[in-house]
Amino acid sequence: MNNTYAWGAIALITLAATTGDVLLAYSMKRVGHVGEVWESHGLLGVARRILATPTFFLGVLAMAVAFYSLLFGLSWGNLSLVVPASASLTFVANAVAARIFLHERVGRRRWLAAVLVAAGVVLMAL
Amino acid sequence: MTFRKYLVLVGITVFSTLGDSLLARGMKDLGGASLHNIPGLLLAVLNPFVGVGIILLIAFFASYMSALSWADLTFVLPATSFSYVLVAVIARIRFHEEISPTRWLGIALISAGVGFVAVGPSSTTHHEREALEHEEVRS
Repeated sequence: MNNTYAWGAIALITLAATTGDVLLAYSMKRVGHVGEVWESHGLLGVARRILATPTFFLGVLAMAVAFYSLLFGLSWGNLSLVVPASASLTFVANAVAARIFLHERVGRRRWLAAVLVAAGVVLMAL
Repeated sequence: MTFRKYLVLVGITVFSTLGDSLLARGMKDLGGASLHNIPGLLLAVLNPFVGVGIILLIAFFASYMSALSWADLTFVLPATSFSYVLVAVIARIRFHEEISPTRWLGIALISAGVGFVAVGPSSTTHHEREALEHEEVRS
């Protein structure tokens, strides 16, 4: 029973974290190269552009949801299950989501990187 | 990839690792935290470890946002996953924790993943290619 709850939390964390990462990446692409905007418009210009991007706040909100689901997940399941499982699933889910929603070209190199890192994260937690 | 961009990626890795470690260290000082004790949680910022940890995590978020403004998500995430290795190394040096063979294998896999993605292009989206073309036209 507890295990079902733990995996439910893991699924929620992965979903929220992936949504957050994709929204933040999308927002920052719209803001533009931060270094260049800083040079032309100053730090305030960067802040103003970020504040004018609604998806940025949705991204932060999704990250907050991920964080609180992690807190709840930790009260239902073991630290050694919830943290590595959600972290490694997030790497793979992000690769899929970035390809679909951000139109990033996820080639063989990047798939391999995502899977290697995901497997590595699990091994480090064993 | 310029030297400055590599510096931002290193910043993400180091800030998140140190920030998390300091936060964990500070929260241990405070004992069990709970959502029922909100004033206690707010006062946690006064602990120097927690305070510096939070500043470092803000620095992490700023450098992460900066990297996402010029690089793909599928580049930034694996490239900065080296923080998992860094945590193990810090635990080994600071707390003399043993690193088991399985963890060494994990370190090897993560490092390989970082290497794979780092030698490839940082951006594959339309946006960046357009920017590059503009630069070529200008020069």
